[in-house]
Amino acid sequence: MPNTHPCKLVVLITERALEEKLSRDVMRLGAHGYTVADVRGRGSHGDRSGTWDADRSIRMEILCDVSTAVTITTHVEATYFRHYAMVAFVADVGVLRPEKFAG
Amino acid sequence: MDAIALFFVLGFLARLARSDLKLPAQLYEALSIYLLLAIGLKGGMELARQDPLAVLPQASAVIVLGILIPLIAFPILYKLGRFDRFNAAAIAGHYGSVSVVTFAVAVDYLIARDIPYEAYLPLFLVLLEMPGIAVGVLLARLGGNMREVRWGSLLHEIFLGKSMVLLAGGLLIGWAAGPDGLKPLQPFFFDLFKGALCLFLLEMGLVAAGQAGALRSSGLFLAGFALGMPVVSALLGIVLGAAIGLSAGGTLLLATLAASASYIAAPAAMRIAVPEANPGLSITAALVITFPFNLLLGIPLYHRLVSLIHGG
Repeated sequence: MPNTHPCKLVVLITERALEEKLSRDVMRLGAHGYTVADVRGRGSHGDRSGTWDADRSIRMEILCDVSTAVTITTHVEATYFRHYAMVAFVADVGVLRPEKFAG
Repeated sequence: MDAIALFFVLGFLARLARSDLKLPAQLYEALSIYLLLAIGLKGGMELARQDPLAVLPQASAVIVLGILIPLIAFPILYKLGRFDRFNAAAIAGHYGSVSVVTFAVAVDYLIARDIPYEAYLPLFLVLLEMPGIAVGVLLARLGGNMREVRWGSLLHEIFLGKSMVLLAGGLLIGWAAGPDGLKPLQPFFFDLFKGALCLFLLEMGLVAAGQAGALRSSGLFLAGFALGMPVVSALLGIVLGAAIGLSAGGTLLLATLAASASYIAAPAAMRIAVPEANPGLSITAALVITFPFNLLLGIPLYHRLVSLIHGG
């Protein structure tokens, strides 16, 4: 599409307990913003039905440039993968108004 | 059996039978806010009638109890149960802290039987919530690098966690407003309390049954611990209650507080402070075993034990 600009979408699906820490982390690491949603699902940590506190999961989405995406994924890999339930992936997306997310 | 315990049983059975019954997460959240505030308000209102200096020695003794329980639980789990340090400490922390809902059920038990109790006991609930968690974290970090503990964020989590803010806040509001000031709130916070508690217990039944599958992997030792530890703690609570001159009703409440294990405040704090610990173990023990045990068998058992001391 001619009117969109390439951008990275970093998606972190993890425990609700980490939301505050992660929010601080990604902003410190260069993100311009993020979106968080409450989610539920199933994975290697069992059924996370999201009905009560210890069982809640969130999905955090960050649109950013390549270097910030690398910084964020490297950081969460080193800090959280070992002890927390976390799925992280990066997708190539096209955004409008690229200056909102990069630089 | 008391009606409110049956709501827990209903939720538990419904989930086991794979019913599609599910309480909205927002309702659960709203109910827990309501229950914590109501318990705080009621305690604060009664506290306003007390001489604060008279309660002070009792309060200090209760804090010591909160520190003692995880110190007893930890070696049992670490040495006998062969849990690693992190898991032993995290589970011990859960048992040092308290379950608000178990307390509410015990209060209802007393009211249903016309047994008087010191109505300011929610103060002890507030006091017992924190020390267990702090001791649990300390035990997890002992021998390791103490500098790894982020005390700032841990204290923030413990003192400004929502259950603490609501309980302590309710207590302060109740204390400041006094019985007269709280009169307009009576229908909402006190008259409707039991109904809200029933709904909450229905949800706890659903959650507990949902977690019950984890029992298979957590091992027999943990199950035995989750049944035995509450009784040991309750005995400590009974001895302390008698020593600080509480009535039979008050002693039963203190015993129940000591016997209960946290599954709301402690899991949240431990997840951040001791990430190495497997949260499934503590939650299975506290919620799937200890909570129903206290609810259905523990409270009547502690009542018997208290009656032995108080002679009826």
